[in-house]
Amino acid sequence: MSDLAIQVKDLTRRFGDFIAVDRISFEVKEGEVFGFLGANGAGKTTAIRMLIGLLQPTGGSARVAGYDVATQAEQVKRSIGYMSQRFSLYEDLTPRENIRLYGGIYGLTREQIRTRTAQMLDRLGISSVADTAVRSLPLGWRQKLAFSVALVHQPRIVFLDEPTSGVDPITRRQFWELIYDAAANGTTVLVTTHYMDEAEYCDRISIMVAGRIAAMGAPMQLKRDSQVASIDELFVQLARPDGPTRPTRPSSPSGEGSR
Amino acid sequence: MTALGGLLRKEWFHIRRDRRTATVLIALPVVQVLLFGYAIRTDVDNVRLAVVDPAPDAQTISLRNRFAAADVFRTVAVVPRITDLDPLFESGAAQQAIVFYPGFSRDLGRGEPAKLLIITDATEPNTGSLLQSYAQAVVNQWVGGASRAGGAGGGVHIVPQVRMRFNPTRESKNLFVPGLMAFVLTIISSMMTAISLTREKETGTMEALLVSPLRPWQIIVGKVTPYLAIGFVSVVLVIVEALLVFHVPLRGSVPLLLVEGALYILVSLSLGILISARTSSQRVAMMFALLGTMLPNILLSGFIFPLESMPSALQAISYVVPGRWFVTIARGIMLKGIGFEYVWRETLFLAAMAAVLLAASVRSFNERLE
Amino acid sequence: MRRILYLAQAEVLHILRDHILLAQVLVVPVVQLLVLTNAATFEIRNTPIHIVDLDRSPASRGVVNRLAANGHFDIVDTTPSVDVGDDHLLRGTATMIVVIPRHFEESIVRTGVGQVQLSVNAEKGSAAGIVQSYATQVLTDYAASLRPVDNESRIADAGSRPRIEVQARSRYNPTQNYKHYMVPGILVALMTIIGTLLSAQNIAREKELGTLEQLNVTPITRGQFIIAKLLPFWVLGLIELSLGLLVGKLVFGIPMVGNLALLYCVAAVYLAVAAGIGLWISAIVDTQQQAMFVTFFIVNIYLLMSGLFTPIDSMAPWVQKVTMINPVRHFVTISRAILMKGAGPAEIAQPFLILLGTAAVVLVVAVGQYRKRAA
Repeated sequence: MSDLAIQVKDLTRRFGDFIAVDRISFEVKEGEVFGFLGANGAGKTTAIRMLIGLLQPTGGSARVAGYDVATQAEQVKRSIGYMSQRFSLYEDLTPRENIRLYGGIYGLTREQIRTRTAQMLDRLGISSVADTAVRSLPLGWRQKLAFSVALVHQPRIVFLDEPTSGVDPITRRQFWELIYDAAANGTTVLVTTHYMDEAEYCDRISIMVAGRIAAMGAPMQLKRDSQVASIDELFVQLARPDGPTRPTRPSSPSGEGSR
Repeated sequence: MTALGGLLRKEWFHIRRDRRTATVLIALPVVQVLLFGYAIRTDVDNVRLAVVDPAPDAQTISLRNRFAAADVFRTVAVVPRITDLDPLFESGAAQQAIVFYPGFSRDLGRGEPAKLLIITDATEPNTGSLLQSYAQAVVNQWVGGASRAGGAGGGVHIVPQVRMRFNPTRESKNLFVPGLMAFVLTIISSMMTAISLTREKETGTMEALLVSPLRPWQIIVGKVTPYLAIGFVSVVLVIVEALLVFHVPLRGSVPLLLVEGALYILVSLSLGILISARTSSQRVAMMFALLGTMLPNILLSGFIFPLESMPSALQAISYVVPGRWFVTIARGIMLKGIGFEYVWRETLFLAAMAAVLLAASVRSFNERLE
Repeated sequence: MRRILYLAQAEVLHILRDHILLAQVLVVPVVQLLVLTNAATFEIRNTPIHIVDLDRSPASRGVVNRLAANGHFDIVDTTPSVDVGDDHLLRGTATMIVVIPRHFEESIVRTGVGQVQLSVNAEKGSAAGIVQSYATQVLTDYAASLRPVDNESRIADAGSRPRIEVQARSRYNPTQNYKHYMVPGILVALMTIIGTLLSAQNIAREKELGTLEQLNVTPITRGQFIIAKLLPFWVLGLIELSLGLLVGKLVFGIPMVGNLALLYCVAAVYLAVAAGIGLWISAIVDTQQQAMFVTFFIVNIYLLMSGLFTPIDSMAPWVQKVTMINPVRHFVTISRAILMKGAGPAEIAQPFLILLGTAAVVLVVAVGQYRKRAA
């Protein structure tokens, strides 16, 4: 089991009577790029927030980087990086200052911070604006910067919540190159998105519908099993209003199927 | 008119559903008047007196007892030396001290002037003056002397006959409570503005309202009316509190006071509406300015500090502080019992302010539509 | 730990780049200090009075001249009608009516006693008493000048009654300057607003923007976060104090009798309390605007109940007890004691210990209820 970066079993979150995340279970192996798909409001962000220690689960369990999220949240945080849906770097600081801040918080030495900053700025191609306030950078650059900052301390796992929202297609593709780079370095990536075509870029995906995982597995496999041409079609099938909104068969960790 | 009626009904539902906020809005001024009514006073009472009596005897003790017997004073320390007074004054343990010079009784017995030193903490000048005159009065009483001029027999005396008008007991609560009413009403008006702003921002309804067939003046009426109603309830409760709890006299016309109270709430709400009519960025700036000047506003309303004591520049500025006019009106009606013929000017100022603010709001709304 | 330094460094950058904030810290308080100090006074001068001289004799004119010459009074009108005077009182255009009755001079010549009627607008509470005593003093001085005291009668009275010579001495505020009394208190008010408002606003803004979340995902502990966040504002508060003292000295000439180092020590503790309260406020609001409102609301209550504007000693006894938990009250008392009376550590020990205790409680509570993870 030591090569499992993320292990989730029956994870649940209620808000009063409303069940946002309903007993989901899945596993992510080290170095995988795992796509966490679903429509807006399906519960993806809630699930992620539980895994990164921002939200207390109301039921079930999860282990991230070997630590229990319910009882060892602070240890979890040392091993992960996070890029939130809302841009959450400091707009009045420059890219260099943002990197320095988070590098410092994660305990990097001054030398390390200097090296990584240079590397990052170079890789992202934003060296020319390294000292201008983030506020004046275009959206695509900001997103990429946020992604890099999430990786500044080279965490084992990085969680990306809708990283490509509102970004143009070219930037989207550049983004995925960055994600592949990270995965190639051994970082596990869990990325949520509502763009179903991005599913193709992932090693495995899960599709959440109304708080439950309705389908899980490798994209190829899922398409074959459900006889659809694209994940998008599969999603529509699963989420169709006149069909059952919840899957009739409970989802299983090994990734078997759909309806 | 049905569009407006619909808007009014919606606002009414908001309030009814949000019972907690409505309760807070009504209870808050009542609680504040209660708390501040007992806190904002300037009466001098229970004065902490220290005594320096190096050689106590029948005479000194007799005078000391006279002080002790006076309601106003409370002997907190008796020390042998003047230097013992320093820590007492510096820590505030004593506000005043009477010091018997050595040979006090001996001099009295010989018919020579006996020396008494009265030391007063005058950090607050007015309190200092009052304490001094209180102490002097006790001494005079003890001596059995006639006039405060201290001259025995001979000479001319001019005796003042004093009538204290409008507040015979000179209790400061009568002065402050009417002003306090203005103050708490200002606070809830700004709270109501904040609440309606927050709600609107969360749901984005302002835009929706603007593109609806409702005309700007109707939107304004719709927004102001329900809060005016709540504010009016507060006015009534606060006046009742002033009468029942603090026994502030109400010598003038009650209906006039209520109308003026309603007018004052209208002015305060109009300011709030103007703020909400502005676009987001201007709004932040305006609110910032408003809150930043809340303290000066309080002071420039004449609620605590008399306007006559302020430099003329500030007195001029106070003309645009709505609270100032209502404070004058409330005090006048309650303490002096004056009628409309004396407050028409102040009422006019308030009405004019309301009109200007509302007109500015209508214009802002129109601008936003374009 | 180093984490604190990195975050504090970022904070300082934020502050320096936020022009509105800098204005709030440097400009607004100075303006407020100047305005408030001039506004907050109970000084009685130029009290408008109306004179009704029904005697029109040299004696009565003597009284009128004395009153006119006195700086405390401002004669707005002299008419023969008491009704007009009354009207002035009702309108508020005069605070006192002085009525010198007919046969005033005659009465003095015949009996040595003359009467003058003073009608004072007692709306003003104790100020009315002071106005009255000023007027009485004028009358007494005038009376004394009319005929010298007969030495014979003085000796004759010598044995009949005890006579006391009272010397009156005032401690502190020798120039009876209201501004000197108000400035220390207003400084406290400004520091409170800065310490509480800015920290509340700051954290509320991070909540609003979502940057707080990013910090909560890092391994930074709550203690480190809070210290890094509040430290810059704590420093700003002390800078504020310095600025205020400078303005107070240069513009108003306030006394600084006591030990300034002691004042700064107390200020340091006080600012911790203020920042702690700001932190607590930020936990219960969601947006910066809400933070502003709630802070001003709470701070106003604290200020009104602090003895800053009206004396603690005048409050009803039960309220005085309530104010014991008001940190502003204690700092106002201490700052006045140090600056105007020259009090030392022993004399301010009690309020200082209370402040210390309050700081401990507030910070513990504020830190305790700050959660990196939502329940």
